[in-house]
Amino acid sequence: MRKLSLYPVDGKYGKYGGRFVPETLMAAINELEEAYEKSKKDSDFQKQLKYYLSEYAGRPTPLYYAENLTKKVGGAKIYLKREDLAHGGAHKINNTLGQALLAKKMGKNRVIAETGAGQHGVATAIACATLGLKAEIYMGSEDIERQRLNVFRMKLLDAEVHKVESGSKTLKDAINEALRDWVTNVQTTYYLIGSVVGPHPYPLIVRDFQSVIGYELKEQIMQKEGRLPNALVACVGGGSNAIGTFYPFIDDETVKMIGVEAAGRGIDSGKHAASLCAGSEGVLHGMQTYLLQDEHGQIQITHSISAGLDYPGVGPEHTFLKTIERAQYAVATDKEAVDAFLELSKTEGIIPALEPSHALAYVMKLAQAMEKDEIVVVTLSGRGDKDVEVVAEYLGVKI
Amino acid sequence: MREIEKTFQNLKKRNEGALIAYVTGGDPKPEYTPDIVEALIDGGADVIELGIPFSDPIADGPTIQAATVRALKTGITPKAILEMIGEIRSKHRVPITILTYYNPIFKMGLENFFRSASNHGVDGVIVPDLPIEEAHDYKKVADAYEIDTIFLTAPSTSTERLRKIVGYTSGFLYLVSVFGVTGTRTKVQDLTVNLIRKTLPFTTGKIPLVVGFGISEPEHVRTIILNGADGAIVGSRFVKIIEQNVENEDIMVGEIKKCARELKKATIRG
Repeated sequence: MRKLSLYPVDGKYGKYGGRFVPETLMAAINELEEAYEKSKKDSDFQKQLKYYLSEYAGRPTPLYYAENLTKKVGGAKIYLKREDLAHGGAHKINNTLGQALLAKKMGKNRVIAETGAGQHGVATAIACATLGLKAEIYMGSEDIERQRLNVFRMKLLDAEVHKVESGSKTLKDAINEALRDWVTNVQTTYYLIGSVVGPHPYPLIVRDFQSVIGYELKEQIMQKEGRLPNALVACVGGGSNAIGTFYPFIDDETVKMIGVEAAGRGIDSGKHAASLCAGSEGVLHGMQTYLLQDEHGQIQITHSISAGLDYPGVGPEHTFLKTIERAQYAVATDKEAVDAFLELSKTEGIIPALEPSHALAYVMKLAQAMEKDEIVVVTLSGRGDKDVEVVAEYLGVKI
Repeated sequence: MREIEKTFQNLKKRNEGALIAYVTGGDPKPEYTPDIVEALIDGGADVIELGIPFSDPIADGPTIQAATVRALKTGITPKAILEMIGEIRSKHRVPITILTYYNPIFKMGLENFFRSASNHGVDGVIVPDLPIEEAHDYKKVADAYEIDTIFLTAPSTSTERLRKIVGYTSGFLYLVSVFGVTGTRTKVQDLTVNLIRKTLPFTTGKIPLVVGFGISEPEHVRTIILNGADGAIVGSRFVKIIEQNVENEDIMVGEIKKCARELKKATIRG
């Protein structure tokens, strides 16, 4: 069997992925693939990327042994990969710096992006500000309401924010609108997708840029523990921080990989965003993958307390890893995530974003069931400042 | 010979271009759709393009997006639209094509979808988010049921791709006239005219060339036809009439018929 690290093959991960886009965009995604492949061999490009990641974004991020949490849980050693300490407060910057550099290389000075929680929008605005590109961000009006702070941050960073009123007014509709913009302005515009979703080559490009998480982690754990971890855990919306964490370990069969999706108010309630755990096969936003949809193929409205996981699809590589059983996927509810959010804040003095709080919720259960000499690493994909208001509201606290 | 091909041959003999009329199935109410289609046919539409609405229509502008929302709110299903086509088909011989995104077809299953389409007399299918690279199985099943696969070509399509697309297409080739999404525009761009001229050498004698996106006025249709295209697709214009008369079916149907008649006139050469 082919090594898993060698996927995608012709844009596909097994049967998932692909290029389901309007004909107008075919030339653009082919051009992008070519430019991306060239950039991999371009030492100048790689040097620049490395420079920005370390000098500007603050990489490498620490791999922190969460000793207090480990003791409290009473099982495997829990390490946190601190993406919350990257510039901008999330892992998103790894990808936006890479793609913005690519846009510049391709001579496209206008960059568009979609955002749900606003983290990718902010990270895009940051990368564009520093590289001298014009950023325009599409965001659902529902999300604009939920994440006012990030909207203002984007504006401070000189990005233009376009309010999306169509459909469910959330991330999926922001992607639709960004795609419509791209179809219209494809000759001058770079579409900077924020997760491992969309048509090929996006899931590949975003994975590669996010893999810096896993490569660093591998080196750091070898230094600290002299061996590979027993398990890696990360939250999955589109799945970029999870793939970035998993990919460098994908051929290391002893390392378990678990992605945690948002169960919202519970899978049975129907109000969740667990595409892999509760969805079915379909085609959306250029890719064949698992989707939350009704029996007629209409995409369903999702729910999660964390806007960053509120997406009815998932990256095709995750779907592939699930179907071949290389990775496992689990869920955590809104309540479990908030409990984990509170727990980490108290025990470690780290306020996590609500997205990785889902992974934390799962890790606490997992670590407890593991041996004390085992190691589990959870990717703390972002910091929780942006979620403080949402959590207060959830707890019924007025601030 | 298949119905679409026959239609274009007859039009050619009469020195006319084709008027291809789009509306979204189930908009604003499922029970209106047969009457709306009837009005289009009465007005002179040569081919009907009926949309199966999809929740995330990325190739459509605000007008058709709104139609999609109206239609889906009624609970319309792909199955119901296929049955509707069967009914219309029992009264009229005008070719009927389906326009939808790939997911509703994928969800039904290729075999199931095309069997049902064939049973209800569908002549062709257009899927704007299915490029030829992903269409291998789709094409195979459609061919088996003798349903035309209408692919799209765009301003950014290279001649090398265009050749391949022509090879995949049957019925007619759908030329997307501009960079952008569906919706009415004030005039036909020079880009569109140049595109028609550039595309014709690849289609002449092989397959009719039909132009869509932004065509809404008789003047637009005339320009397209006089520059050598075999037909024009008008969608958002009709959908707007529906939108403006949601509450009054009689006026809606009357206006649609009138509009189709004016547009049809513009397809007549000489």
